[in-house]
Amino acid sequence: MNTTGETAVSTTGETMGTTFDVAVIGAGIVGSAIARKLAGYELSVALLDARGDVGDGTSKANTAILHTGFDAKPGTLESRLVREGYRLLSEYAERTGIPVEHTGALLVAWTEEELDALPALKEKAERNGYDRTRIVGRDEVYRQVPHLGEGALGGLTVPDESIICTWTTNLALATEAVLRGVTLLLNRRVQSVEDRGDRTVLRTSGGEVNARWVVNAAGLGADVIDRLFGHDRFTVTPRRGELLVYDKLARPLVDKIILPVPTSQGKGVLISPTVYGNVLLGPTAEDLTDRTDTGTSEKGLEFLLDKGEKLMPDLLREEVTATYAGLRAASDHPDYLIEADAGRRYVLVGGIRSTGLTSGIAVGEHVAELIGEAGLALTPREELPEPPHMPNLGEAGLRPYQDAARIAGDPAYGRVVCFCERVTAGEIRDTFRSPIPPSGLEGLRRRTRAMNGRCQGFFCGAEVGKLMDTKGESACEQRHPSPEAQR
Amino acid sequence: MTTDITTLTPDVVIVGAGPSGLSAARALAPRLGGGVLVLDRESTAGGIPRHSDHPGYGIRDMRRFMSGPAYARRLVAQAEAAGATIRTNATVTGWAGDHTIEATTPEGRIRVEARAVVLATGARERPRPARLIPGDRSRGVYTTGHLQNLVHLRHGKVGRRAVIVGAELVSWSAALTLREAGCRTVLMTTEYPRPDSYSLFSVPGRILFRTRVATRTRVTRIIGRPELEAVEVENIDTGERRVVECDTLVLTGDWIPDHELARAAGITLDPGTKGPLVDSALRTDRPGVFAVGNMLHPVDTADIAAIDGAHVARSVIAWLNGESVPAGQVRLVADAPFRWVSPEILRPGDPVPSRRRLLLWSDRYIPFPQVVLRQGGKVVARRRLWWPAAPGRVFRVPTGILSTVDPKGGTVHIGSR
Ligand SMILES: Cc1cc2nc3c(=O)[nH]c(=O)nc-3n(C[C@H](O)[C@H](O)[C@H](O)COP(=O)(O)OP(=O)(O)OC[C@H]3O[C@@H](n4cnc5c(N)ncnc54)[C@H](O)[C@@H]3O)c2cc1C
Ligand SMILES: Cc1cc2nc3c(=O)[nH]c(=O)nc-3n(C[C@H](O)[C@H](O)[C@H](O)COP(=O)(O)OP(=O)(O)OC[C@H]3O[C@@H](n4cnc5c(N)ncnc54)[C@H](O)[C@@H]3O)c2cc1C
Repeated sequence: MNTTGETAVSTTGETMGTTFDVAVIGAGIVGSAIARKLAGYELSVALLDARGDVGDGTSKANTAILHTGFDAKPGTLESRLVREGYRLLSEYAERTGIPVEHTGALLVAWTEEELDALPALKEKAERNGYDRTRIVGRDEVYRQVPHLGEGALGGLTVPDESIICTWTTNLALATEAVLRGVTLLLNRRVQSVEDRGDRTVLRTSGGEVNARWVVNAAGLGADVIDRLFGHDRFTVTPRRGELLVYDKLARPLVDKIILPVPTSQGKGVLISPTVYGNVLLGPTAEDLTDRTDTGTSEKGLEFLLDKGEKLMPDLLREEVTATYAGLRAASDHPDYLIEADAGRRYVLVGGIRSTGLTSGIAVGEHVAELIGEAGLALTPREELPEPPHMPNLGEAGLRPYQDAARIAGDPAYGRVVCFCERVTAGEIRDTFRSPIPPSGLEGLRRRTRAMNGRCQGFFCGAEVGKLMDTKGESACEQRHPSPEAQR
Repeated sequence: MTTDITTLTPDVVIVGAGPSGLSAARALAPRLGGGVLVLDRESTAGGIPRHSDHPGYGIRDMRRFMSGPAYARRLVAQAEAAGATIRTNATVTGWAGDHTIEATTPEGRIRVEARAVVLATGARERPRPARLIPGDRSRGVYTTGHLQNLVHLRHGKVGRRAVIVGAELVSWSAALTLREAGCRTVLMTTEYPRPDSYSLFSVPGRILFRTRVATRTRVTRIIGRPELEAVEVENIDTGERRVVECDTLVLTGDWIPDHELARAAGITLDPGTKGPLVDSALRTDRPGVFAVGNMLHPVDTADIAAIDGAHVARSVIAWLNGESVPAGQVRLVADAPFRWVSPEILRPGDPVPSRRRLLLWSDRYIPFPQVVLRQGGKVVARRRLWWPAAPGRVFRVPTGILSTVDPKGGTVHIGSR
């Protein structure tokens, strides 16, 4: 175990000599939360991912809502873990600086049928342990959201639904795991496994990894790995959700999450502010077969525009800043599927479909319990490093470009590189000095917001690319002429 | 304390050091004792021409034919020689009063309390998401601005086979840049029935670049993970689709003004240009705030933007001298096939529009357009012009056509028969 405070992130190379106590497959929110939790015990932990960066799967492309769980299926494991996750992640966000805004949500009924469904939804929320919803009439709906399209009949308020930064959540959890001594092994796609009695050999695209226990948190790939361990319990169907991100200039139109009445088809299309100051419209729900197809489709975008025109026509007059798609790991199992196999020293964490951002930390707690019961000795470590303090990507907090004191301390925070998102050279440089530096432009974008704005690189693309190549140092070392010299 | 915000108090602050902002600074600086400050967020002043490294600049304002970067340097030198202060690496982030703006610079946060503000923030091309082109999130998709920054300022690499979306002036500028970067343009597409650029460009262009222009064509899908491999294009008339292999896609034209500061100030925008609504003196509807350049007419050539800059100087001086805005106004509204007209407001006693031209954008190609003005339901003027109105470039209408407009007669619609 690494207790010296040095961090271990490895993108290539062998770990043949080591046998970890636990290997966690998948460095999404769920796997990162599990690794972080387990590293709080006297255990050596490896966190593996097929990709070159953490948080590069479903955890990077969702609607970024911190759910109260009011509409979960009562009595399920999902209901419990979402409820607990909401509380745990809210606290964690406060400690680590993950951007959160407690905007609240308004669920809107557009038909008599939907209106009639509201009392049952309220009651369901209560069975899920959430008793703060309120049924409101048409006038109150329009008072709360004046720009809503015509035809709303009533609604249900959910004052604690919140918005959060999913990228920072994933990165904070993985960073804290690494700070606690977890060995992060990137570019390791698990291809086969071999049982050696007291340990399992994971054969990966980047060499072998040995571990006594294995936790499978591979998201869209969890069923495949589960079969490698001899099980046949479930099948993942990638359910694509496409989204439109509207320009920041649209943000005054919406200050809370606008939810549809859920149907058997799923949660439906919502409108939500983002912590970056944009407005989301989506997601779609479409079952695919290709587990890597995160492209957008003509049909999907058309469907969203059509929905949006009814939900909030004023929103559609604004510019679209980004489009993206995420894949939910839907499965034929109706609940989360989290089970320990003591004989095989293996834990499956599957079926975390559309709530895993919220529940991740609670899933981590739950897995620790299960794995302890299954026979792994869990001795809490006496001293744990402080959780990381994450750079603020949210509009609700002070950003470096606004922070006169910070700029005075380091001019790099006054050099805005990405103009639309107001990302400074200092922030870009800092990511490369952080415990888990970005491995590419996409990773840099998730850590800083650079190039995520309305120009999508028209002005800054070349400059950001150069900073990527020089690990952020180029713009920071550059000497700036003093204001006098410019006169 | 070092963390204080520095406050500057020039007479006029100009946001944007492109051709329009620099020309405004050059015209204003010698006439104002209190100083003219130009702020630009880039590390070098000059605006778009800095990276548009080919000849074609300065024709109408400098009566020369020069390259973008040379033109930009000359504008900077002229503004500085006139006594303006240009500050780069200064991103204007918002307002702190009617004529007070805030900016972030490496030297700290600054607040500029001026007596007048000129917005000269230009326009950008809509990128892929704003055009709602579905498909993979492939690498290798650019706008012209991104491409030229990459090739001319950073000497970066692009691919070998490019498709260019658009066949207007800027599209040929992209083709030139690609050629310099060693990338062949295999196809240009336009949704219009004919290439939108002057035939002067497109005929030799086609020969020079050995490029085919597919008219009535749009890109319907981007293919390739993680690198671009191909695009699917559709013939709009037949619905027929085919896949064109390429590793570079350049999205040109389709302009949108950088109007964030204008909107943040609550300045009324024109729904056609999406830039500030202005009168012929280039006043916005916030007193003491003016706008120039491509944010008003997305987009015209740089010389026209520069001439706007000179034109606004007189209005800014008048405002600083406390002259009142003439009473009464006539609103100009563009009717189809025109998308917008600039300026949008005429007032009796105001200067005639810059260069005595109304600027319009046409969605249709018309060889010898007859321009018609209607006021109060009646035709008040009609004029045949001997140059075409074409999509993808500004259509200029001499202001003489306005002579029969009744200054009290209400909104004037400008259309074509
Ligand atoms: C459109 C959409 C909207 C959503 N909205 C919300 C929301 O608002 N709120 C909310 O709480 N949740 C939401 N979710 C759900 C949430 O995003 C997911 O539940 C969560 O991200 C799942 O995290 P994960 O760690 O299980 O999966 P992932 O983030 O996908 O991580 C799994 C990781 O495993 C790796 N992996 C897979 N196979 C292998 C292998 N063989 N070897 C090594 N590594 C492997 C992958 O590379 C990946 O990084 C949404 C999801 C979608 C798609
Ligand atoms: C690819 C291409 C090729 C072209 N070719 C030609 C040609 O051959 N001949 C020709 O005449 N014209 C050409 N043009 C058009 C010409 O470049 C424009 O007409 C001209 O640049 C417009 O000037 P402007 O001052 O309005 O805006 P810009 O040149 O766009 O300048 C705006 C400036 O404002 C700054 N700015 C914006 N917001 C802020 C803020 N918040 N804070 C601080 N600064 C800010 C920007 O950094 C920029 O420097 C071309 C354009 C393109 C894109």
